[in-house]
Amino acid sequence: MSTTARTLAVWCPDWPVIAAEIVEGISAHGPVAVLHANRVLSCSPAARIEGVRRGLRKREAQGRCPQLVVVDRDEGRDARAFEPVVAAVAELAPGVEVLRPGVLALAARGPVRYYGGPEAAAERLVEHIAQVCAVEAQVGIADGVFAAVLAARAGRVVEPGETAAFLAELSIAAIGRPPLVDLLRRLGIRTLGEFAALPPADVLARFGFDAAMAHRRAAGEDDQPLAPRQLPPELAVAETFDEPVERVDAAAFAARALAERLHATLAGHGLACTRLGIEARTEAGEELHRTWRHDGLLSAAAIADRVRWQLDGWLTGGRGRPGAAAPARPTAGIVHLRLVPDGVLADGGLQLGLWGDAGEERERAHRAMTRVQGLLGPDAVLMGVRSGGRSSVEAVRLVPWGDERVPDRPVEPPWPGRIPAPAPATVYPEPVPAEVCAADGAAVGVTGRLAVSAPPARVSIGGAGPVEVVRWAGPWPVDERWWAPAESYRAARFQLVLADGRAVLAALAKGCWTVEAVYD
Amino acid sequence: MSGGSAALQLVREAGLGDLVRPGSEHAFVEMGSQRLLPVRPELQPLLPGGGLRRGSTIGVATGGPVATSVLLALLAEASRGGSWCAVVGLPALGVAAAAEVGIALDRFALVPTPGPDWPTVVAALLDGFDIVVTASPGGTVAPAIASRLAARARQRGAVLVPYGSWPAVDLSLHAVDPVWHGIEAGRGRLRGRQLTVTARGRGAASAPRVTHLWLPLPSGALPVVEPLPAPGEELATIHPLRRRESA
Repeated sequence: MSTTARTLAVWCPDWPVIAAEIVEGISAHGPVAVLHANRVLSCSPAARIEGVRRGLRKREAQGRCPQLVVVDRDEGRDARAFEPVVAAVAELAPGVEVLRPGVLALAARGPVRYYGGPEAAAERLVEHIAQVCAVEAQVGIADGVFAAVLAARAGRVVEPGETAAFLAELSIAAIGRPPLVDLLRRLGIRTLGEFAALPPADVLARFGFDAAMAHRRAAGEDDQPLAPRQLPPELAVAETFDEPVERVDAAAFAARALAERLHATLAGHGLACTRLGIEARTEAGEELHRTWRHDGLLSAAAIADRVRWQLDGWLTGGRGRPGAAAPARPTAGIVHLRLVPDGVLADGGLQLGLWGDAGEERERAHRAMTRVQGLLGPDAVLMGVRSGGRSSVEAVRLVPWGDERVPDRPVEPPWPGRIPAPAPATVYPEPVPAEVCAADGAAVGVTGRLAVSAPPARVSIGGAGPVEVVRWAGPWPVDERWWAPAESYRAARFQLVLADGRAVLAALAKGCWTVEAVYD
Repeated sequence: MSGGSAALQLVREAGLGDLVRPGSEHAFVEMGSQRLLPVRPELQPLLPGGGLRRGSTIGVATGGPVATSVLLALLAEASRGGSWCAVVGLPALGVAAAAEVGIALDRFALVPTPGPDWPTVVAALLDGFDIVVTASPGGTVAPAIASRLAARARQRGAVLVPYGSWPAVDLSLHAVDPVWHGIEAGRGRLRGRQLTVTARGRGAASAPRVTHLWLPLPSGALPVVEPLPAPGEELATIHPLRRRESA
């Protein structure tokens, strides 16, 4: 018995619902249910009043409560939303173990003595969580993690030595192994006390090792030790300069040493970073911060390059660039420099191209692009990736270099209404207004059944003089997202060949003609 | 002079005459893989040496009804061969069209708005890219900036492709007379286009060269690299079969 440590558990009721409120903004005051595999996993109090229960089918739950908001389970969302709660508890008491999102446990001895009693400690923790995270929580204290979690659900402090008695009255379902619970129920065992009364040797022989573990816990002999989470190692490196750095070469020298240190720290933990935050403080107290991204892993030289370019950009900030977009030049030299690795992942080494093509040329081009990013900002250098869509603008998504190149929409579906190849070589980011007239001077229109009112005869683009249309083709109708009135787009596109040799892609939407692209 | 002719005499006597060629030919052929970036076969007659010579400045003239697609066609073969291309100052470039002519988008960087300090950006890109296309902002470029960038390209072995007016280029491509095929009054669609491209330059390319080509080809967006077989060749495979039937 003496091996069982006093444990304090914090339980946040209906955590999947609360997490959905925190992350996705679905109010937990209304009837909400989180579903997994078509069964209710958790529901809000309002839904519970309406009769929604854990384990119900979706259809059944909606039948009991028609206005029920249904959310799919996302374990990542639950864990992310729980992180601030863990941090809040860790501010008051060390050695926190997260059992699962919504439930955490810690050794009770420290906080109970520090705050002067179990009730005071529980009150303090609940209040702190409510203040910091605006989340409701319950605290329970008992011998062992298993009993402490159950005590937290009941909101009780179980006195030392009374854990077995506390557990004895609880339903057998609390051991959380549905097949075993089902079997025990059919054998007539309905409470933990009845289960605990069985001889341990017989439980092990009849139900196996896992059941024997559950049996020990049901008897209040929980010897599972706490596994407090390790604080992540401090990876950021910083340097304070006695002499403020004002010249680029001095800054570059400092950057080199700092980058080597950061890389050594990361390598010591077997890590590499894909994003790098550079923070600098000047003598006058100005704070400068910029995050650099990289799609591969940043090596020591790459880190040094980025820091050097960044400092170069700051220290020579306004020079030669009269545009207002130039970043403000610091008024004093840099006295403090800090590198914060972000996007840290295990360093498995970089896979090089099989035929050696991904070598020096790629490296040179990457350096040039990073240099331009240093001059103009990270969003100045773009790479295209083919994307799905009907208009010429949608056919390609432009991604800042260094970000992951994923299309907005899959290329695969056929996208009916798309203009067939060849694609126009000039695509205006903003369509140019135009006027398309028939031979009699009336504007050309398209009926709901896609009949063209009259063949287009003249076009004036962007206020220029009218040009004769020699040949034309169309309309290609587009009726996108008609189910969402705010985003719907309905248009008819035409290809027009003009008398001066140009070919343009024109569109008629809501009675207005525009030129979207030119085949030049 | 006498030394040169004596050496030539020696070469002829040794029967090595057909192995000796003028130096200019060596530059293009022997070192071809390093010095010349490939271009599509239709454009080869326009370019001295049949490719984009590293270090040169090759302009594409704008203002006519055709320009951008000629620019993309000029880059296509080099990009497909593994070269890195960058485009500065063309916010309206149709990247889908670039992909259709065969440019590899993962080696194709765009700097749509380089700002007032664009020569620095172009110079930085010339350090790392094989081909750098730059539009001249505002229409005019100071000759000093142009010669500085051309020198940077020469030094780094990159090809500078000014798009629009540029003070000094080694070669300038000018496309005229586009004729679209596949489209009629109210029917069909744009399929293929015939063009006339003229190349004017200085030095070895001072005589204007003219070529007629399809861009794009009516058969599809991807170019057919092999020339179409002559009618006689098509029949050649049928011949033995016919002979057997008659025998």
